[in-house]
Amino acid sequence: MSHFLAPVFEAGFFESPAVHVALILGAVVAIVSGPVGVFTVIRGQSFAGHTFADVATTGGSGAFLLGVNPIWGFVVMGLAATSAMEMIGVQRPRGRDVATGIVLGGVLGLAALFLYLDTTNSSTTGASITVLFGSIFVIDHRTALIAALCGLLVLALVLPCYRMLLLSSLNADMAASRGVPVRLVGFCYLAATSLAVALSAITIGAILSTALLIGPAATALRLTKRPVTAMITAVAIAVAATWLGIVLAYDSFYWPPVGRGWPVSFFVVVLILAFYLLSGLRRRRQRPAPGLA
Amino acid sequence: MFSSFMTNTWIAASMVAVIAGVVGFFAVVRGSSFAAHAVPQGAFAGAAGASLIGANTLLGLGVFAVAGALGIGWLSRRGRQDVATALALVVLLGVGALFLSMSVEYAPELYSLLFGEVLGVSSSQLLPLGLLGVACLLAVGLCYRPLLLSSVLGDVAEARGVHSLRMEMCFLLIVAMATTMTVPVVGAFLTFSLMVAPAAAARLLTARPGRAVGLAVLIALLTVWAAVSASYVTQWPVGFFVGALGVVTYGLARGWAAVRLNGQLRRRPRLAAVTAAPVS
Repeated sequence: MSHFLAPVFEAGFFESPAVHVALILGAVVAIVSGPVGVFTVIRGQSFAGHTFADVATTGGSGAFLLGVNPIWGFVVMGLAATSAMEMIGVQRPRGRDVATGIVLGGVLGLAALFLYLDTTNSSTTGASITVLFGSIFVIDHRTALIAALCGLLVLALVLPCYRMLLLSSLNADMAASRGVPVRLVGFCYLAATSLAVALSAITIGAILSTALLIGPAATALRLTKRPVTAMITAVAIAVAATWLGIVLAYDSFYWPPVGRGWPVSFFVVVLILAFYLLSGLRRRRQRPAPGLA
Repeated sequence: MFSSFMTNTWIAASMVAVIAGVVGFFAVVRGSSFAAHAVPQGAFAGAAGASLIGANTLLGLGVFAVAGALGIGWLSRRGRQDVATALALVVLLGVGALFLSMSVEYAPELYSLLFGEVLGVSSSQLLPLGLLGVACLLAVGLCYRPLLLSSVLGDVAEARGVHSLRMEMCFLLIVAMATTMTVPVVGAFLTFSLMVAPAAAARLLTARPGRAVGLAVLIALLTVWAAVSASYVTQWPVGFFVGALGVVTYGLARGWAAVRLNGQLRRRPRLAAVTAAPVS
């Protein structure tokens, strides 16, 4: 068995503690991103979901400036951005993208300033790259623990209001008429998303965490219409993409240019896109003949 | 600030602001802020690739911006547009991460591409920038009316024979051209802010499309000029000032719109009385 697997898993894959942390943390991120992502796609708020990844960049660079653990920067900035979007009017479908865009513009401006101050203060120009692109292989155990706790907190926020959230995502008017506090639920959802994205931002990098949030959920919603099935499918796809990506990134150490290794995020993103495109093929085959439609 | 080596910057910044104002108006009307954000950020990966193989940055930006635009258009033919935009963006960024991991020296250049560089414009870049700008304005001028109609009333446009998919493609390609121009000056992150914030503010101030485009251009010009001067004085990145000024102008426009609405209601006491009267 191990003889067959040798070409797939390069030497030392299962012994490396960095790989252990990466595999576990990748799974936690995938499990949290799945349910949150399904709601993001149903509500059509991918832009907001992506915005939180850039917000995490700002939070991370701000924390770097203050010298605290970056995850606190992610969380604080995420909640601040959520509140700002809510104030401008992210809850109305019309003008939602402008509200998100204005917040994102301000946040990215701050990121520019923070990163500039980081680079001038510590004379390490690499700071911006670490924050932006991150790496799952160089994460410390303390951060991993906080990240896992954050993930559980997100699930605790989403799961109790599952039914309310689903109804208000699908039909806000009907939800309001049945006594669902649509605005509060929307705010809770956004706060949960900002935490989920902050969590994934430290594992596969602030920018590419969008991929795990949107890609698997969109793929799952193409395969099934049932929300719970979609969430489970999304988690499965996200875990598969993350783990495969880690294996490939570990193996790529021996690919050209030798000794550098290709980034995990590249593999994860390519796998997610592949899953998405494949799910489109399946749906096309299921579609009835044009005459029947 | 107005010495000879800054002349290029002032010219480029003004051109960029005009284009961003015009294109941004359509981005806001169509509700495509996400695409206006995704195309520049994805194009950044192209610049990284260009620096890896030693090609012109502008070329790399252009190729990836067009690829991103085509990718968004192609993916959103089947499936939701915001999902398509997000997927196209992350794929471009994944490729960018790959390029960055392969290149050796990138950090300072990468940083100025992300957040803008006042002195990043050389005289040899002005001509391509100007040509791109003219092409962009021509494209907008050619499809101004169908583009506006399909943005505001999609169904009516369809009924009058305007292909909404084709218009979406046109719009995305225009965004790609504007991106290629804007990113070297303002940076990949804040290009979109220069497009969205002035246009959103202009739309709050006037309902007429022509006037809104003019106002958006004006606000974008003021934003860029203020940002470049402030960046020159403080040495802080241009992007920070563009982003901050965008938020400020939008906030002021929101306040102005609220005040005006309040005044209109007060000037029509009968209407106010009717709405305030209890139903008997």
